Amino acid sequence: MVDVRAVEKSFGDGPDRIHVLKQVALQAHTGEILMLVGPSGCGKTTLLSAIAGTLRVDAGSIEVFGNALETMSGGALTRFRSTHIGFIFQQFNLIPTLTVAENVGIPLLIQGVSAGRALDRSRAILDKVGLGARWKERPNKLSGGEQQRVAIARALVHEPPLVICDEPTAALDARNGEIVLELFRQVARSPDRAVIIVTHDSRIFPYADRIARMDDGEIVEVRKQAHPQAPHFIHEHAH
Amino acid sequence: MIGLALKMLFGDTAKYLMLVAGLFFATFLIVQQASVFCGLMRWTTATVKNVGAPIYVVEERVEQANETNPMRDTDVARVRSVSAVRWAMPLYSGIQRVRLNDGSFKTVQLIGIDAASLAGGPTQMLEGNLEDLRLPNTVVIDELATQRLSTDPKNPLKKIKVGDQFEINDVEARVVGICKAMRSFTGGPYIWTTYERALQYTPSSRKMLSSVIAAPIDGMTTDEAAAEIEKTTGLRAYVNRDFGDNPKDFNTATVWWYVKNTGIPISFGTTVVIGFIVGVAIACQTFYAFVLDNLKHLGALKAMGMSNFRLSMMLIVQALTVGIIGFGLGLLATSGFAMGAIHNNQPPFYMPWQIPVVAFVVIQLICMLAALMGIIRLSLYEPAMVFRA
Repeated sequence: MVDVRAVEKSFGDGPDRIHVLKQVALQAHTGEILMLVGPSGCGKTTLLSAIAGTLRVDAGSIEVFGNALETMSGGALTRFRSTHIGFIFQQFNLIPTLTVAENVGIPLLIQGVSAGRALDRSRAILDKVGLGARWKERPNKLSGGEQQRVAIARALVHEPPLVICDEPTAALDARNGEIVLELFRQVARSPDRAVIIVTHDSRIFPYADRIARMDDGEIVEVRKQAHPQAPHFIHEHAH
Repeated sequence: MIGLALKMLFGDTAKYLMLVAGLFFATFLIVQQASVFCGLMRWTTATVKNVGAPIYVVEERVEQANETNPMRDTDVARVRSVSAVRWAMPLYSGIQRVRLNDGSFKTVQLIGIDAASLAGGPTQMLEGNLEDLRLPNTVVIDELATQRLSTDPKNPLKKIKVGDQFEINDVEARVVGICKAMRSFTGGPYIWTTYERALQYTPSSRKMLSSVIAAPIDGMTTDEAAAEIEKTTGLRAYVNRDFGDNPKDFNTATVWWYVKNTGIPISFGTTVVIGFIVGVAIACQTFYAFVLDNLKHLGALKAMGMSNFRLSMMLIVQALTVGIIGFGLGLLATSGFAMGAIHNNQPPFYMPWQIPVVAFVVIQLICMLAALMGIIRLSLYEPAMVFRA
């Protein structure tokens, strides 16, 4: 699980100093989808970066599956990210000169898996997200929704215990956003995996097990949803 | 990771071609200009190489092979009298005018050698016999002369042949042989004749001897013999080796004289420096732009757990790849230029192995500089930035 305790983070110096995270405490559990929501500039992405190990905090502690991030060296943190975290970015960040399968295999290559094995595993997970037949294509040949499905496959291909998503539906229209989130819920949810999603797209809130609301650098509310379910549109689409 | 780096590089076709083109031009400018410079410098030593004597004894103020301060004929005997000398022969070397059958004139490099020994004669005869120089009014010409002294140089059927005649300062010269020779710095062809006949072909003056060529006795090196000649006669004695670090070598002394006393190195050097600057400017600018364009993707790789070292290696692999391809194409183009130069006998072209090696190192340094700029930019990029769309 992810355990964030009394985390503080500021940017800038002197009078320009901005206190972004203020005594933030939060837990994310395996088997659940946690959404971090709140207005722009409230510190969601900063907290997500800190949990992902891409940003050092000024105070407090972050423990991710038994790893205390604040005690780890830069190299150890880099290795930790490669094995423990799956990333889904707002703009997908697929490399346009690589094929879909090659993009998906990147986390495996980073771990030192051979290119051949990485390709096999990439194709297997592409099948799960419904893009198995398009593994040879370049990302720019795919729609926005399909590109985000490739990004989901890339985030899961190395089976990380923590998947973090930064505004995964921001670059998608409503229909594609919901389709992608439903697919994501099916393939990413696992009893030994935690998922944290930063979003201010209220249409995808029903997919969350818990919703943590942030405001001005603080967690102001954590709400549990008893029975997360897909919105109407998905059911209609499925039928 | 190498495959990933190369796919990212080759996928951006425009920048890849721009990088290769920049390094191609840099390589071509550096190698071609340096080789033409070396070829030109080699031409300055053509007389030394064509005559091929082990030791050249010249007037004491002579600094290079194309400078002639005439000596007295008795200087031959003075050199012969040195105990370190096995043989010593007179040599005439000077520029003369040839009158062709159609009345036009051409400039030639006339070499007069000892008639008895024929020491200093061409080393490789293509047609005829060198011994025929002992016949009256005879000359041996080089390949270039067969074209240059023709009334129609572009017509191969009108090339000068063995048996043809022309005039040197109104004195008849009959061709008895054709030889292979290095081209002279002045561009004129070489004509060999005997020393006595060379004096007939030349307007007379009080002193006519250009130099004395000599060889050391057995068991003595040319350097030792040259030193002994200088000590005994007060004349200057140069040895004949290839260009190197021996200041008593006539080739070396000649090349350095041209380097120090003419603007030739500055002219060629400027072009080489321009080639370097073009390479640096295009490679660094384009590669940096390539890194900036891919910063979002490279940042994502960094966030996903790729170390700075591996990302740096990717950039180095990309830079080295374009460096090797650009260098290869540049060297190929230079080879094409060289083939043209050899076929046309000009411009001078000589590419010792050091030129491509140094050019390769320079091009790779340019690429490393370009990669370093990218690495610095990438190392400053915080992986958390990837979340800020």
